[in-house]
Amino acid sequence: MSMKPAERMKIPRQPMPEQEAEVRAHNFQEVNSGLDVEAARLEANRCLRCKKPKCIDGCPVAVDIPGFVGAVADGDLGRAAEILYEGNCLPGITGRVCPQETQCEGVCIRTKKSTPVAVGYLGRFVADWARQHRRDGQALPTKTGKRVAIVGSGPAGLTCAGELARKGHGVTVFEALHKPGGVLSYGIPEFRLPKSIVKAEVEKLEAMGVEVVCDVVVGKTYTISELMQDEGFDAVFIANGAGLPIFQGIPGENLKGVYSANEYLTRVNLMGAFRFPENTTPVITVTQVVVVGGGNTAMDAVRTARRLGADPATLVYRRSRQEMPARAEEIKHAEEEGVVLDLLANPVEILSTDDGWVRGVRCIRMALGDPDESGRRRPVPIENSEYEIPCQVFVEAIGTRANPLLTQTTPDLEVNRWGYIDVDENNMTSVPGVFAGGDIVRGSATVILAMGDGKKTAAAIDEYLAGGG
Amino acid sequence: MFEIREARWLAPNIRRVVLQAPRVALRHRPGNFVIVRVVEEGERIPLTVADADPDAGAITLVVQVVGATTDQLARLEPGQHVMDVVGPLGKATEIERFGHVVLVGGGCGTAVIYPQAKAFRAAGNEVSAVIGGRSKEHVILEDDLRAVCDAVHPCTDDGSYGYHGFVTQKLLELIEDGAVPVDAVITAGPVPMMKAVAELTRPKKIRTIASLNPIMVDGTGMCGGCRVMIGGEMMFACVDGPEFDAHQVDFEELSDRLTAYREQEKVAWDRLNQEHKDHECKLGLPESVR
Repeated sequence: MSMKPAERMKIPRQPMPEQEAEVRAHNFQEVNSGLDVEAARLEANRCLRCKKPKCIDGCPVAVDIPGFVGAVADGDLGRAAEILYEGNCLPGITGRVCPQETQCEGVCIRTKKSTPVAVGYLGRFVADWARQHRRDGQALPTKTGKRVAIVGSGPAGLTCAGELARKGHGVTVFEALHKPGGVLSYGIPEFRLPKSIVKAEVEKLEAMGVEVVCDVVVGKTYTISELMQDEGFDAVFIANGAGLPIFQGIPGENLKGVYSANEYLTRVNLMGAFRFPENTTPVITVTQVVVVGGGNTAMDAVRTARRLGADPATLVYRRSRQEMPARAEEIKHAEEEGVVLDLLANPVEILSTDDGWVRGVRCIRMALGDPDESGRRRPVPIENSEYEIPCQVFVEAIGTRANPLLTQTTPDLEVNRWGYIDVDENNMTSVPGVFAGGDIVRGSATVILAMGDGKKTAAAIDEYLAGGG
Repeated sequence: MFEIREARWLAPNIRRVVLQAPRVALRHRPGNFVIVRVVEEGERIPLTVADADPDAGAITLVVQVVGATTDQLARLEPGQHVMDVVGPLGKATEIERFGHVVLVGGGCGTAVIYPQAKAFRAAGNEVSAVIGGRSKEHVILEDDLRAVCDAVHPCTDDGSYGYHGFVTQKLLELIEDGAVPVDAVITAGPVPMMKAVAELTRPKKIRTIASLNPIMVDGTGMCGGCRVMIGGEMMFACVDGPEFDAHQVDFEELSDRLTAYREQEKVAWDRLNQEHKDHECKLGLPESVR
């Protein structure tokens, strides 16, 4: 029974059920609990079935969004899952962490008059349904006999692995840490992306024949040339991620209680420091925490601080709310959880106790001047506006720079002046058969852009291998 | 999982553990280290690789028991496993032909200088080792070093063995009275010792390299927890080091940063000890009430 567009327009956007803010501010369980079948079907019926849907172009991995949403509306979740997985190997992850408002949902035709179809909620719903109704014994493609090594098991690496396995190539993913997932495991917190989801998505890839080997630092344990010459890989995809945290360069950064967001989040997420002492990795838990930065990592860090008991947990950002790179949902959730946003401010010095611990941070008020290269208005310090925020832990989430580990031991690999790897239009590097994507090419970006690189590169590698490479 | 092949005590709190880790064994160079995670809930800790046998696929770790994680590792026997071993990490020691190289090792830092001594000797240097411990039983790897050095000078704080005094005093003697001038000093061990070595060689303008031991998590540059100040510049010991020009290192700050988790480390270790005690108590009881 097909509905008229006017009827579809009348259906309100289904809200995402979530844990009460006061409750979730003190636990690490997932904030969002997902739509139920009823709500998902209602939401799917909000899709106007455009003749020329814009949402597919808005998706970095070009999922057939109207296709899977239509299948949800029809109640055929099996087909919805097939369509979704066809375009996206990791929908349980993207449904949770994609910035849909600037992608598929941002270009949804409904936004002109109302709110967009909740593509993210629906993607998550279908992926979660598929995980619970997993069918075993899926037919594996015929083996091509070619083998591809993937460096890094983050979103770019896992996506590339899935795409290549589907084509019948042998795939081995090397992970430097002891658990697969890259930023999905060490960076994004449990309350936003449960690690059980990451584990399930990795297991799904393993069921497709992908081999994941942890505790291997390519560049150290193996060099790229060893992988190709001694270990017999026909191609390599480098997706080893963002790399080294940047520090602001202000006085006091080596005081006890100062962390990079990478360290703070790794201790809590990957090492489970929130379960200390059952887990033996510690993290300093104190009453007042300040995080500097405006991106998703800063949001993750400040919301983590809140859950570890910080009151207040304050986010300091040098521009205003409009310029914050973080997802709208993260900012909203953070505020609901009691995170204090101190905008148009910038730390200038971390203050010390007599025995070398953080006791506070001195900040300066900022104003927005003319737009800079990024198009955002440049923050300018306001003279004589310095003030102090007391805190015992200070976390810097202001970005990363290229990790030199792999490029150092692969001299033929051309890098740009910031140390990121140079690639051609097919994501191939200066070394034949060696491709690269994700943050080691882009600098700091998002999960879905890295996945887009993984998918695009898999197609290029497939073509390269078909050409006898 | 990585299997333990051999394990024995070198000193009352220092254990030598030989692990099966073929890839690390193949690529290990002097100066490299590994990150080890002993159990599922455990920490990742950096450990010195004292030796590597590529043919046997084994590496030798020398572990000083200083907390819960090192205690867990030291309790393991051959045939048992650790969860993870990753490496070799860090930059390898730059092995040059200096002339006369003196390696100064304290405690389990002696394990760091052992592969370096071998490499410096092979590169044509005259190699002396000055190694220290509180008393005779705390001096480790003396025989191993004797096999690869021109001279080995064990020192004890209490005079129970070898030279009576600190390694720095012996080093000073070698520099001032030694028949052979000292061209380079390499040091690894407790921070106060490395600092004292650096202060001693600084006025004499002897090139001095220290192997630093800050707190680490991933060991691949990703977390920045191991940052140290070298000549006023921030460096990450895991990827830029762990060896640096000792005259440029801010040892005070390194020393202070190493205390950041002292309280939590005690909690974790006490908890582990309590578990072992409970376990042993139960073992002492008749089976019916266990």
